[in-house]
Amino acid sequence: MGTMAKIEVKNITKIFGSNAAQALPKVEAGMGKEELLAETGAILGLKDVSLTIEEGEIFVIMGLSGSGKSTLIRHFNRLIDPTAGQILVDGNDVMKLSNKELEQFRRQKMSMVFQRFGLLPHRTVIQNVAYGLEIQGVAKTERETTAMEWIEAVGLNGFENKYPSQLSGGMQQRVGLARALANNPDILLMDEAFSALDPLIRSQMQDQLVELQEKLHKTIVFITHDLDEALRIGDKIAILKDGVISQVGTPAEILLEPEDDYVRAFVRDVNRARVLTVDTVMQPPAMRITHDNIERALSEMVRRGEEYGYVIHNKEYRGYVTQEVLEEAVEDKSSSATIYDLAVEGNSVTLEDTLEEALPVTLEADHPVPVLDESGALKGILSQEEVGQILVPPSEDDEAESKPVSLKVIDKEEETLKAAS
Amino acid sequence: MDSDIFPNIGKPIKNATNEFVDYLVINFGDGFEAFSNSLLFFLVKLERLLRSADPLIILLCVGLLTFAASRRLTLTAGMVGAMWFIGALGLWQQAMQTIAIMLVAVAISIIIGIPLGISAARSERFRALLSPVLDLMQTIPSFVYLIPAAMLFGLGKVPAILATVIYAAPPLIRLTDLGIRMVDGEVVEASRAFGATRWQILKGVQIPLAMPSIMQGINQTMMMALAMVVIASMIGARGVGETVLLGLQRNDSGQGLVGGIAIVILAILFDRITQSAGQRMQAYRNIGG
Ligand SMILES: Nc1ncnc2c1ncn2[C@@H]1O[C@H](COP(=O)(O)OP(=O)(O)O)[C@@H](O)[C@H]1O
Ligand SMILES: [Mg+2]
Repeated sequence: MGTMAKIEVKNITKIFGSNAAQALPKVEAGMGKEELLAETGAILGLKDVSLTIEEGEIFVIMGLSGSGKSTLIRHFNRLIDPTAGQILVDGNDVMKLSNKELEQFRRQKMSMVFQRFGLLPHRTVIQNVAYGLEIQGVAKTERETTAMEWIEAVGLNGFENKYPSQLSGGMQQRVGLARALANNPDILLMDEAFSALDPLIRSQMQDQLVELQEKLHKTIVFITHDLDEALRIGDKIAILKDGVISQVGTPAEILLEPEDDYVRAFVRDVNRARVLTVDTVMQPPAMRITHDNIERALSEMVRRGEEYGYVIHNKEYRGYVTQEVLEEAVEDKSSSATIYDLAVEGNSVTLEDTLEEALPVTLEADHPVPVLDESGALKGILSQEEVGQILVPPSEDDEAESKPVSLKVIDKEEETLKAAS
Repeated sequence: MDSDIFPNIGKPIKNATNEFVDYLVINFGDGFEAFSNSLLFFLVKLERLLRSADPLIILLCVGLLTFAASRRLTLTAGMVGAMWFIGALGLWQQAMQTIAIMLVAVAISIIIGIPLGISAARSERFRALLSPVLDLMQTIPSFVYLIPAAMLFGLGKVPAILATVIYAAPPLIRLTDLGIRMVDGEVVEASRAFGATRWQILKGVQIPLAMPSIMQGINQTMMMALAMVVIASMIGARGVGETVLLGLQRNDSGQGLVGGIAIVILAILFDRITQSAGQRMQAYRNIGG
């Protein structure tokens, strides 16, 4: 237990209806949503939901319409009170806040962006963006200066005196985003913020959000019903079904290790090449050569049955060699070439490349392609076979066969590698 | 024609009501009089102001008001002309009296009606309680409450104003309630999420967004107040209504018509001014198309 989680949700259950208190024991005893509705008329919104959201991450909550996403996110700023359970923000129990404290908490800790924007139609863009500050009693010139900065940050200069009805959907949501950011909150709550936008505008907004996040390092809770969107921007994804959390994990974990049939069905149609990055699927380099003794390198390669060796000098990748090249060099006594001269640099990919970006390089090369980090160090290799295998979605019947490389295995091997070097 | 299946309930109700009104008159007569006097104080001031002002100034005010509300010159000219026509009918003084009574009645309706409408929008239970009362206020014949009102306040302008308020306030209450409930829930939620207090939400979001509906309520309240003018004159409110009433009493159709025309003109005048004001208030809705 290092740092405290930013938001911690503990066993939240939410039942809608005037008889929620009587319905609670039934839900705790395991009664499902339909049964509860038929028997008591109460609607089960969330059931025993627990989550931990860390500072600085984009945490996506994904689920179909009616799965309880909006209900869940509204618990974080207590627009909705839970029937049972606890919500801690920065370690403070939000249920213990008085009305005044709650208002203060909403003003400072978190801002929200809404699906249908929630802009004030009778106010101009700048007045909308300044709204949060106005609520806090910030003086007019000061709040409009801040608002103007954010209007610029989201690229709406020149529109500050327009009314929301004069703007397109994408622009209106930029106003919503600027309004949320103008408060300078730690936490940004986004409830299907991009769902009402056209696909093209939506992906622009996603990029803009990711870009802003790189500068701002907020904690962002992002809700969507669109898995592609979740995979694209999420550091972590929680999948919600009928008010129950199905799985929480990184995008790669969700894609490669779906925990139940529901998640599996969800991820089947995803364009994996676009979502998965090289670091999640690469293999540890089988043969690292960290010295310049050609004969020793050759004998090691022969012994381990490796066709390719990856030459490393001062922790930096220098190129790959084949058995054949080394044999020729050993035979040719007149040659004074070092192993560094023999190494062919070739093409490489980086850790953050998506498989889609890495695919051409991988297919072109006749050897497993080296994977480098920013400093040029060799982190792993990527072969055509692996990429091919990963891009085939798991099918229900021959699951065992097509089950891709386990992520955990990679993690472990990487750790041993680190320890060795 | 007496029949056993009808117990006589009417009589005890009648007696109980009479006793209650007597009780009010005897025990709270002073209180009612004080209230009546303070109301009268404002009314008389306003009436005196309107009647003593140079008609040219009043015509100018009508013009400015119409233009401020509508920004349309033809309408402004039309309204000034209509007002001038009332003077030409020889009913200027009466019209000023009617306007004074109506403005005071509408002001009271607004002071009572908007808060009641807001409360109804907030609380389901309050609305359930209020709704039958409003129905009653609008359907019960005015004379029924004019009798006790005249007993409590004496004949004259005050009971006339109260009767007008009872009759004219319900649409404003209903439309305020409706307007606030129709405000986009997501906008209110957004405001709440930004930490706005209830008062900030009401003042900054709900009332401004409900304004078109509230303005419509004020407009209807004015129209209904004008519709009460003749009845109000029966209990001693002067004004254009009296002209009509006298026409009725003296079998003078011509006078009745002249009074009627003046009332219609006043109705049109107030209708156009409040309608235009309401439309301009929601101008932001129309810019985007
Ligand atoms: N105020 C409410 N009263 C009753 N039921 C509600 C209320 N809000 C949400 N629900 C129900 O709770 C469930 C989850 O709704 P919601 O959180 O809006 O889902 P999502 O945002 O994932 O589409 C739905 O079945 C919905 O009908
Ligand atoms: Mg929702």
